[in-house]
Amino acid sequence: MLFYLGKRVAASLVILLGVSIVTFGLTFLIPADPVAMIAGRNSTPEVREQIRHQIGLDRPLPAQYAGYLGRLVRGDLGKSYARKSDVGTLIASRLPPTLLLMLAAIVAELLVGLPAGIYAASRRGRTGDKVAMMLSFLSVSTPQFVLGLTLLYLFSYLLNWLPLGGYGSFSHVVLPALTLGLGGGGWYSRMMRSSMIEVLRNDYIRTARAKGMPEWRVIMNHGLRNAILPIIAMIGLDVGIFMSGVVVVENVFGWPGIGQLMWQAIQSLDIPIIMGVTIVAALFIVLGNLIADMIAPLVDPRIRLR
Amino acid sequence: MKRILISAVAAIALMAAAPLALADAPKQGGAATITFNNDLTTLDPQVGYDWQNWSVIKSIFDGLMDYKPGTTELEPDLAENYTVSGDGLTYTFTLRDGVKFHNGRLMTSADVKYSFERAVNPATQSPGGGYFSMIAGYDDVAGGKATTLSGIETPDDKTVVFKLARADATFLHLMAINFGYIVPKEEVEKAGADWGKKPVGTGAFKLVEWVPGQNIKLERNKDYFRAGVPYLDNITFEFGQDPTVAVLRLKKGEIDIVGDGVPPAQFTEIMGDPANRDLIAEGNQLHTGYVTMNVAQAPFDNLKVRQAVNMAINKDRIVRLINNRAAPATQALPPAMPGYNPDNKGYAYDPEGAKKLLAEAGVGEIATELYTMNVDPNPRIAQAIQQDLAAVGIKAEIRSLAQAEVIAAGGAGKAPMIWSGGMAWIADFPDPANFYYGILGCVGAVDGGWNWSRYCNKDLDARAGKADAMVKADQSEARMNEWKGIFDDVLKDAPWAPIFNEKRFTYHSARLGGDPSLFTDPIHIPVNYDYIFAKDAQ
Repeated sequence: MLFYLGKRVAASLVILLGVSIVTFGLTFLIPADPVAMIAGRNSTPEVREQIRHQIGLDRPLPAQYAGYLGRLVRGDLGKSYARKSDVGTLIASRLPPTLLLMLAAIVAELLVGLPAGIYAASRRGRTGDKVAMMLSFLSVSTPQFVLGLTLLYLFSYLLNWLPLGGYGSFSHVVLPALTLGLGGGGWYSRMMRSSMIEVLRNDYIRTARAKGMPEWRVIMNHGLRNAILPIIAMIGLDVGIFMSGVVVVENVFGWPGIGQLMWQAIQSLDIPIIMGVTIVAALFIVLGNLIADMIAPLVDPRIRLR
Repeated sequence: MKRILISAVAAIALMAAAPLALADAPKQGGAATITFNNDLTTLDPQVGYDWQNWSVIKSIFDGLMDYKPGTTELEPDLAENYTVSGDGLTYTFTLRDGVKFHNGRLMTSADVKYSFERAVNPATQSPGGGYFSMIAGYDDVAGGKATTLSGIETPDDKTVVFKLARADATFLHLMAINFGYIVPKEEVEKAGADWGKKPVGTGAFKLVEWVPGQNIKLERNKDYFRAGVPYLDNITFEFGQDPTVAVLRLKKGEIDIVGDGVPPAQFTEIMGDPANRDLIAEGNQLHTGYVTMNVAQAPFDNLKVRQAVNMAINKDRIVRLINNRAAPATQALPPAMPGYNPDNKGYAYDPEGAKKLLAEAGVGEIATELYTMNVDPNPRIAQAIQQDLAAVGIKAEIRSLAQAEVIAAGGAGKAPMIWSGGMAWIADFPDPANFYYGILGCVGAVDGGWNWSRYCNKDLDARAGKADAMVKADQSEARMNEWKGIFDDVLKDAPWAPIFNEKRFTYHSARLGGDPSLFTDPIHIPVNYDYIFAKDAQ
């Protein structure tokens, strides 16, 4: 087990290194000069050269990358071009809201998706199944922006049940988590449905029914516990997907997380922030995958780690 | 016709609103909440350079000069009065008595000297340090050879003397921009890299709390040197608020001002709602949207071609495309700018005349590229321009790119035509000089510069330099006439096709009072927080 863990951690570090190289390279392929943005439009070429030298953008690319990597290893993510303040602190201050949103979203999508999937599987082929799958299709296809604004307009503006965006209490989390959860829930319901159908085909299910177990117990005890395995793997992936995919929802709801930060940084070409958020998101994706892989054999003893 | 009706309705609405606003006497007290989509980047006056932090900084700090609220007229601020020497090379400011920083310490002339040195010092990375290049000793500090400006003298605590290397008629405006705001040295050094987050100034409001990414809370500076202002006790800025959601919150009474302005997608709906008549302030900006033509490359090196482009574009149609949120422009300077020539009607819309000019130019079929920023409504505007050009025989392919890429292409001198929307020049201070050198003068016609048409007319540059040497107060009218003449000649040379001047619309709650010009202040963009008040203050 430990050997496997060790192998995976080493592989993860290689992945993160690759991410840092690709991101570093991509930001320098953009045909825009960050120094021009910092120095402002009245700057003379001399002032721009001064600033370029101060930030270290006049060094050759490999040297710049080496410097970046060295600081990265020590946890220093650099200084934002626009704010002149530490990127690491900035990201750290915005991480808790995004993590909270991510957790709430995962809960929401499981609450939405699993019952729908189980219901559809138990009513396979009948109207109930078709309706559930149609709804899941709709929820997956609706853009988050549209869904978010619609929920805000309905529940916050018209009905006054929930606050109009913002951050701070449980009632603030409900709508953003629901927006993300409805979309993700669509995926989970389909996964749950097919996984459940697979499981319900097995002999031990027939045996349980033959023993006289009530149907709901068959589904819950035997069906669900086995069907949930692929879902657990998905949750691990979801952690990663959410870290990078919350941008739209955070912007619609005014949620002060790293998605909002990333969006603003992209617009102002604040490269240190862009790279910092990308590395952090990559870190979470890798961690999420690692955890999902670690949990899988615990839940299903049939899986062997190699 | 419809446009005239709409403007007339708006004008009547504003006139109806104005006496109401004046009738409400400002009350002391109350609070206001303003929302923004983007986070505020910094409150460091020597560094902050976007329209969002500009006016918040103006409320926390002060400079030697300022503008009368809602106008573009200069008046002394931290300086009580000033004198200018005959040759315009020496400015002597006498500071007001008893001005305190928010930490309780009295402001002195040493603080003034420190602040300007900080702006010019390359370690500060100030985008505006270059504005002070006329102060003696600038080259040494900007070049990193010195840390003090020899051109600023402080004979005593209340007097500051600026010695200039060259006379510059815009100098008093430069005493009023943020980069010259006075900061206390001990607080800057104590805060270090966090100074932008922990501002301490002399202004009407002081910072109480800044939760990064969420909100900034300001409270009234009870020791502010101007008696009676500010009216509000507290201001809260909330960030990360999508403008569409902010409009809903304003309607519910949760917030007071949508800081980003009326969202374009809902503009017609909000303006058309009679309940909003008194709640939307309309004002002019120091802004012009224009199409640049690269005069260094064919075919735009031919004057007749450039003039034909000016005549080919249907500006009224473009203004209608954006729901009349702008007025068609006749010249490079916006109407609110001193030096604007109301008698110069520019090039009239005349496609037949354009075709004739193109035939005279003899350049044959023209195929070119029109660069634009890819955020709505700019691609649509670029398409309208493309259609107008096609109607006179110019084929323009549209290149719709991210803002930074268009700016880079313009700076590199590669783009034949650029629609400036979303990147258009807004004046840093209300003087025609600010609308010339960087974008139409030879100094801007370099790599990385903002003179994207690479227009370099040495004769006009010389006249501009002469105009800016007219520093005496009794010369100001003559100076404006000089600038009027310079811009008239720029129009004749047509390196640009001016399209429209954008208006500003600020949507605010009914409980906030103040003259509409305060909500669309041309300097304190978008709102002059020092002078608005709460009608429901106790």
